[in-house]
Amino acid sequence: MRPIATTRAATGIATGKLAVWWVLASEVVIFGGLLASYVMHRLGHPEWADAAVHTNPTIGAFNTFVLLSSSLTAVLAHQAAERGDGRTAAKFLYFTIAGAAIFIGVKSYEWWYEISHGYTITSNTFWAFYYSAAGLHAFHVIAGAVIMAFVARDAKRNVELHRVELIGIYWHFVDIVWIFLFPLLYIAK
Amino acid sequence: MTQPAAAPVRDHSPEDAHDAHHGPEGWLKYVWSTDHKVIAMQYMFTGMFMALVGGFMAYVFRMQLAFPGFEVPGFGLVSPGEYNALVTNHGTIMIFWVAMPVLLAAFGNYLIPLMVGADDMVFPKINRLSFQVFFVSTIVILASLVVEGGGFAGAWTAYPPLSADGTYNLTPLGSTLWLVGVGLEFVAFLLGGINFITTLMNSRAPGMRAFDVPVVVWMIVIASILFMLSVGPLLAGAIMLLFDQTLGTGFFNPGMGGDPVLWQHLFWFFGHPEVYVVLLPAMGVVAEIMTTFARKKLFAYRTVIFTVVATGVLSFFVWAHHQFIAGIDPRMANLFTITTLLISVPIAELCFIYIATLWRGSITLTTPMLWALAFVAEFLIGGVTGIFLGAAGADIYFHDTYFVLAHFHYTFFPIAIIGTFAAFTYWFPKMFGKMMNETLGKVHFWGTVIPFNFIFIPLFVLGMGGQHRRIYNYEHFNELAGPGFQNMRVIATVSLLVMLAFQFVFFYNCWKSWRSGKKASRNPWKANSLEWTTESPPPHGNWRPDEMPVVYRGPYEYSVPDRDDDYWPQNVPN
Repeated sequence: MRPIATTRAATGIATGKLAVWWVLASEVVIFGGLLASYVMHRLGHPEWADAAVHTNPTIGAFNTFVLLSSSLTAVLAHQAAERGDGRTAAKFLYFTIAGAAIFIGVKSYEWWYEISHGYTITSNTFWAFYYSAAGLHAFHVIAGAVIMAFVARDAKRNVELHRVELIGIYWHFVDIVWIFLFPLLYIAK
Repeated sequence: MTQPAAAPVRDHSPEDAHDAHHGPEGWLKYVWSTDHKVIAMQYMFTGMFMALVGGFMAYVFRMQLAFPGFEVPGFGLVSPGEYNALVTNHGTIMIFWVAMPVLLAAFGNYLIPLMVGADDMVFPKINRLSFQVFFVSTIVILASLVVEGGGFAGAWTAYPPLSADGTYNLTPLGSTLWLVGVGLEFVAFLLGGINFITTLMNSRAPGMRAFDVPVVVWMIVIASILFMLSVGPLLAGAIMLLFDQTLGTGFFNPGMGGDPVLWQHLFWFFGHPEVYVVLLPAMGVVAEIMTTFARKKLFAYRTVIFTVVATGVLSFFVWAHHQFIAGIDPRMANLFTITTLLISVPIAELCFIYIATLWRGSITLTTPMLWALAFVAEFLIGGVTGIFLGAAGADIYFHDTYFVLAHFHYTFFPIAIIGTFAAFTYWFPKMFGKMMNETLGKVHFWGTVIPFNFIFIPLFVLGMGGQHRRIYNYEHFNELAGPGFQNMRVIATVSLLVMLAFQFVFFYNCWKSWRSGKKASRNPWKANSLEWTTESPPPHGNWRPDEMPVVYRGPYEYSVPDRDDDYWPQNVPN
């Protein structure tokens, strides 16, 4: 049985939802610190544009599309969960996980291509930021997909349906981080 | 179906919640428990053990400074590399493995559910995970001391390039383990902090409004928020530094397009709010104790909360005062001088509020009250000397001297040691169900506070005389090697030995009081807040199912006119 504390909601907002927002607050400052460091360096090093030329905006744009689509299916999963339709919610969550898998697959190909052409994390500090920021983001994509698999497994049995919304909130955050990373790393030349 | 728990649920079916979460049996229940009180004790005892480790380090390097070249009993000859590793890890351990786990995690865990009238944290399993991550981080930092090459020796601030390159610091394994340990510790406190914040927000007892919450809970939660919002950039920086160390990137290497000053910004953007992360819980503890033993309402409760929030906001805009000599723009130095002088205003205000609380109270000088009074007196010295360092002009001379060292020990010692002893002696009856011996407590108090001043006042003088920090043997510097200076070093070291010796009084007192102390009643101090309304020590679930508290007023209604008792517990209807 759960402690009484876990069943209270003095603010009127579910505790899980509050916690997810606080997690996101702490994540925002982690990515914020990394990106602020990158932007300050980038402003001081116009020559990094020469390195940035070798990133592939087409692949990046494709991955942006994939990630945005996976956020759409996360919203559809949330809608289904609101109706109490756990099976449909699980189905849409699996679509979202598939989006995450495509994203990671494409990213692996992209990195393999770049590394095999000599652009590694030690090439210069632009590439160090490129791999670190995108790598930290990819780590969040993988972690989110794994948690989502557990949420989907429960949702299929109509258990803990409120978690569909929580993982959705997290997924939108992962999406938004990429919206910042894509122009900063790929488009800015 | 979004939020099943979102309806304004009051307590339902307390009985089944109590026979409820039976965890593992026997001694294992102290390892795998999700009970917030057990987790608090885990944090407390790990922190106290680490305090002994950090204290031993201080003993070794103070002996080396007072008697350079002699073998230190219990350690042996101190090499320069070992000296640097000792001062580095003394700082790291005392802040991240003593001050934070004890003040924030142990007392946060113990007090928040009890003081808001809940039976546990809102995420008991995440709470347990937080301690487990912290425990792993403790093992990692201790392991870093004994690996090949020795512990990290690049100062607790870990500035690159020294920290980034194994060929410079000569401790490639130690420095990486140090970094991983600190990173894991941050993760543990992020997990704990989310629990603290959401517990205060959502699981308050029926009837408890935001301004009925005791100040110490407010302060611990605001400290958790400060930590959460400041540590992110340093976590990102830690990843960058880890890559510099292990993969050979150049984030902090100008030769590869990086910048070593970037680390200083990331470190101090966290490092300065961190001061308030540990200060605020201690300030809160002192507020609780003063109002109880002055039998007076806390002066200006709401002003305290707003002041602390203002301090928190301001603390994000002062970090570069650590970098006045790092080549930052002088115009920027002016700005940071102004913000730093400004932030002393709310802290001074808190001190005045405490004095106003004492004013015309019926003061009882119990041991916890002595610690609380000493906190304000000693912290004031730390605060006032901070003004010198916050002003860029003076700091250029004082930077990295023993003046700085004495200054921050006059802040951190009151916080981490005096504040902790205040809290420990005040809540000991609640935590262990026995009263502490007052005579031994007072002997320990005077035996700690007097030598403390004799350690650090000489260091102020040495710092003003130009004695630089992080130097292994001052005999190598003619202008610092004279007998006048050396005598002051000896005074400081001998005072440290005296202070360390008096800590045995504390441990003896704990043991003796726990074994044969007078049994504590529910409310031995006649205080108002909710933790005193349950048994000492509180049972699993904190209150009996039929006793779960309902709150009718704020926690500081002492000496209310026309009442028989001079206190008015929060859960008493009238």
